[in-house]
Amino acid sequence: MSTIEIAGLHKSFGRLEVLRGIDLAVEPGEVVCVIGPSGSGKSTLLRCVNLLEEPTAGTIRVAGVEVTDPDCDIDAVRRGIGMVFQQFNLFGHLTVRENVTIAQRRVLKRSRAEATRIATENLARVGLAEKADAYPAQLSGGQQQRVAIARALAMDPQLMLFDEPTSALDPELVGEVLAVMRGLAAEGMTMLVVTHEMAFAREVASRVVFMDGGVIVEQGPPATVFGNPAEERTREFLHRVLEPTRVSATEIGAPES
Amino acid sequence: MKLSRRRRQRVLRVAGYVVFGLAILAVVAAADWGRLSDAFFRSDVARSMFPEAITVALRNTILYTLLAFVFGLTLGLVLALMRLSSILPYRWFATAYIELFRGLPALLVLFMVGYGVPLAFPDREIPGGVYGSVTVGLGLTAAAYMAETLRAGIQAVPKGQLEAARTLGMSHPRAMVSIVLPQAFRIVIPPLTNEIILLTKDTSLVYVLGVTSTTIELTKFAGDALNTRVNPTPLVVAGLLYLVITLPLSQLVRGLERRAAKER
Ligand SMILES: Nc1ncnc2c1ncn2[C@@H]1O[C@H](COP(=O)(O)OP(=O)(O)OP(=O)(O)O)[C@@H](O)[C@H]1O
Ligand SMILES: [Mg+2]
Repeated sequence: MSTIEIAGLHKSFGRLEVLRGIDLAVEPGEVVCVIGPSGSGKSTLLRCVNLLEEPTAGTIRVAGVEVTDPDCDIDAVRRGIGMVFQQFNLFGHLTVRENVTIAQRRVLKRSRAEATRIATENLARVGLAEKADAYPAQLSGGQQQRVAIARALAMDPQLMLFDEPTSALDPELVGEVLAVMRGLAAEGMTMLVVTHEMAFAREVASRVVFMDGGVIVEQGPPATVFGNPAEERTREFLHRVLEPTRVSATEIGAPES
Repeated sequence: MKLSRRRRQRVLRVAGYVVFGLAILAVVAAADWGRLSDAFFRSDVARSMFPEAITVALRNTILYTLLAFVFGLTLGLVLALMRLSSILPYRWFATAYIELFRGLPALLVLFMVGYGVPLAFPDREIPGGVYGSVTVGLGLTAAAYMAETLRAGIQAVPKGQLEAARTLGMSHPRAMVSIVLPQAFRIVIPPLTNEIILLTKDTSLVYVLGVTSTTIELTKFAGDALNTRVNPTPLVVAGLLYLVITLPLSQLVRGLERRAAKER
């Protein structure tokens, strides 16, 4: 059984059609990286998987449960899906430890002692055990994002969604977050990752999905998508992202100087 | 004569101080100090007001304020949540309530609760006597203001907070209670403290409900003393006692706002 099975997914915001027929399956243990230009619908796709956005049409199954079924207990499904946001979204009024324990206590009904033990374990996993009593505002962006990952992991998810987890970080802090994610991948966590970190995708992804204009243009092993893309649109995107200083004036429609 | 810019600024500043000093001197010289202190600062009149000024009047003023505040805050929170509800009739009701009670004078509402309701429902009564009537009478109006304050506070909590909570499997009500509301309250502490200050002063309207010697509050207490002693000193005493409540509160608001500005 696939961890995620998406079939015929459409999503519109009013008259704007953002996803125009997406079919995608993610198998257990796979790390699928989604790349593509801004506005191509990557975040929307991710947010449909745990129903932060309501799909307009199509079906999505997570571990066999159809989340698009109106009778589905979405809170129960979300418990099994960890999500990490670009803006961290740590709970500002709670300490790091409380950030990691609150959902364990309120949702999974774990005892205080057990929740604290699991929080400590997961904070150690992201290298932040000694920050348990700090408040989010006292941490760097990279540390906050690692806490957000620990918070999601403490719920024992079978799937992790990442929406550009390093895009809001200063360049020197990107590495520490990617290191944690690489560790997760090595442990066999199933991951769906929207990212602009091409080096990470090339190294860690089992599969790379290139999206543009609300559809999947091309997907395959990183070596193929990065090394020998089949589609012109993929080639053009990769050229702009990987060699930004080589983009010529004619490519953006300006007269050659 | 041509002055440098710095010289000119200094001259202007000194001139400002001189004008202020002269104005004070003029007032001091014009005032009849003997008459003034006889009228407003008679120590025997002031002394005769104690200890009841504190044990009864100040105590009741604080009690009325707190009762109306708790009632208003609770109702205000319900109204704020209704205002943000996805259910249209709830939004209508909350909006209508808020517009109505913000538009009516507090005194009119107090009359309504104190006299209108008992006349309309002679077989029922608001529990707690005058304390109950004040709680409801002042609280209904306060709730309208606090509902708007709380709504703004809830909306000031970034949307990502609710999304992160929902993503962890929390239900909407659970996420509101555990994640959004605690942060919203932190944001609205300064405006809510202002609301307490306004309520403190509004308790001076309570006398229209007919208070007794045990339920009397500061303004009525001072007014009675003014009548019996035919001297306005009690007004000064009452004024100072109000400041005992409100000055620390405004100080608190200022401190909180300064701290919030630093955190941002
Ligand atoms: N809640 C919303 N209401 C209206 N339009 C939206 C909403 N969310 C997203 N959109 C629009 O949908 C389109 C796709 O957005 P999406 O965030 O999925 O793109 P993305 O691929 O994640 O882009 P980026 O790389 O900039 O994050 C954009 O044009 C965006 O403006
Ligand atoms: Mg996005």
